[in-house]
Amino acid sequence: MPSSQASIQDRFSKLRGLGEKALVLFVTAGDPPLAELPAILGALEEGGADLIEIGIPFSDPIADGPTIQASSQRALDRGVNMEGVLSAVKAASVSIPIVAMGYLNPILRMGVREAAQRFASASISGTIVSDLTPEEGADWIKASRDQMLDTIFLAAPTSTDARLDLVCKDSTGFVYAVSRTGVTGTGSAVPSDVLSLVTRIKERTQLPVCVGFGISKPEHVRMVCGAADGAVIGSWLVQWLAANWQGGAGRAALIEQIRELKAATR
Amino acid sequence: MLTQPDSRGRFGAYGGRFVPETLIPALDQLEEAFAAAWQDPSFINEFQGLLKNYVGRPTPITFAPRISEQTGLHVTIKREDLNHTGAHKINNALGQCLLAKRMGKKRIIAETGAGQHGVATATICALLGLECEVYMGVDDCARQQLNVFRMRLLGAKVNEVTSGTRTLKDALNEAMRDWVATVNTTHYVIGTAAGPHPYPYMVREFQKVIGEEARAQYLEEYKSLPEYGIACVGGGSNAIGFFAGFVGDPSVKLFGVEAGGLGIESGSHAAPLTAGEPGVLHGSFSYLMQDAEGQIMGTHSVSAGLDYPGVGAEHSHLKDTGRVEYFAVTDDEALTAFKEVARLEGIIPAFESAHAFAPLWMKDRFPKGALVLVNLSGRGDKDMETAARLFKL
Repeated sequence: MPSSQASIQDRFSKLRGLGEKALVLFVTAGDPPLAELPAILGALEEGGADLIEIGIPFSDPIADGPTIQASSQRALDRGVNMEGVLSAVKAASVSIPIVAMGYLNPILRMGVREAAQRFASASISGTIVSDLTPEEGADWIKASRDQMLDTIFLAAPTSTDARLDLVCKDSTGFVYAVSRTGVTGTGSAVPSDVLSLVTRIKERTQLPVCVGFGISKPEHVRMVCGAADGAVIGSWLVQWLAANWQGGAGRAALIEQIRELKAATR
Repeated sequence: MLTQPDSRGRFGAYGGRFVPETLIPALDQLEEAFAAAWQDPSFINEFQGLLKNYVGRPTPITFAPRISEQTGLHVTIKREDLNHTGAHKINNALGQCLLAKRMGKKRIIAETGAGQHGVATATICALLGLECEVYMGVDDCARQQLNVFRMRLLGAKVNEVTSGTRTLKDALNEAMRDWVATVNTTHYVIGTAAGPHPYPYMVREFQKVIGEEARAQYLEEYKSLPEYGIACVGGGSNAIGFFAGFVGDPSVKLFGVEAGGLGIESGSHAAPLTAGEPGVLHGSFSYLMQDAEGQIMGTHSVSAGLDYPGVGAEHSHLKDTGRVEYFAVTDDEALTAFKEVARLEGIIPAFESAHAFAPLWMKDRFPKGALVLVNLSGRGDKDMETAARLFKL
């Protein structure tokens, strides 16, 4: 039932009280294998994650770079499907909010009302749909509101002021600021003009703003948390898990890495 | 009357814009730039001038006496194979590259399946002095190697795509990812009638010259309209341009022929209108081949240009309204037609275009003596290596 969804808003309020910013982590459901997902989520929470994005694998992820593409493909090759993902999320006993991130077609295929209902009953708190913008979002927004699911839209460096108005109006939970003009993936530096995007968003909304794409190191986290309310780390973690999780043998090392990243939000 | 997309870029229920936020401002800009150019006599003059003097339009219609005799039909062919670079693709590549230049974008990217759109785009980029990169699935590079050589000779960089199905679908994914990163300086010339608004509309507008010419030529030659118009449909750019000339003529029945691969029942095909269901792929809501989970399915066709799980939004609309009947023919049926057209008429069609001819030999598709106009979208030189292997030539 929706009542078991952790509130994204409460999480950010709590962080504000502590004088911290949010560490948001992305993992692909099904890579490592889905059976490991509850343990991975537990380790991320223990390391200090404030919010987790669960990547729902899609065959044609046009907003993703090579790391997440390959990871999604491995998950699909293992036969991961929506039902399996939702059961695994439900089985994880974490108290931090979980957001589903993916592409529109699997949601449409299930039916928007049905999908929203099933996400909510798996204790998912919100969604980020990479190929859905507010203009096409009315049905999904309505279905989500009915299930107390937050709808997190993306703002990009190319977004005009009029578009930022739309993104801010239809987002709940937080606004996702894309750090650069490009697809997901690690880079050596985070472009500093993302800070002006964060400012433009904050002129329009009280919602928290989290910055993602190309963030992989504590110094990146520290840099974006100077202006934003949180930093999202995706490809780096996906790569780390694929190489080092090893059926849980990498658990202690993972927690150590996450602690370092979390420290950069304080 | 031709359908105009609504303010959200929809043809009926189909179309729209389903892309990352990063691209939306560029699509807005493109929509605006195209609308302005398409009303600007100087742009239209330049486009039509180059279609005439560089591309070689108008392409003729040709009566097919021996096919007509063998099938008991009256068959005429619209000769898009006679365009410069050998296919209809250059109509759209020319239009979009002129538009890119007008928008001040100096770098062009494109996806290609059979290589015809890639070659057409590389050609126009050479003509206009634009930088060109083409994404092509590594499997398609192998089966259409001559077109890879042509693109390179023309100065384009060909990026072989190794992800996913390694064919047209993933070439489009890679081109889209490139565009997400380079949108400020780059125009993406989508070669098919699919993709986010305004592409399906814009591509039809640049391709409708096929149908408009064919209609006028047919009327002049025979003092009547054809009773049937046929075109092959992959993403659907040649078909939408050809149909555009005739959708307003209720007496002309229109057939869109999809790639049936090894047969619809085999599951190995590329026929979303025949056997798919609506969903979102490559920025647009349209029929597509998807599984129960909404994952996009792999496709199969002997023809690289039709080997695509989606289709242009306007075709989905024309299917639902019943104005066009869509059905599939198999690889074998298309290959048989490929040989027959060559031997009976001295015209070697592309494997894609051979699909449009295959129905001529099918029982019950047409009444005896029917007046049929087939759109021959491109020539088959690029397919000779595969044909040599298949037919032991």
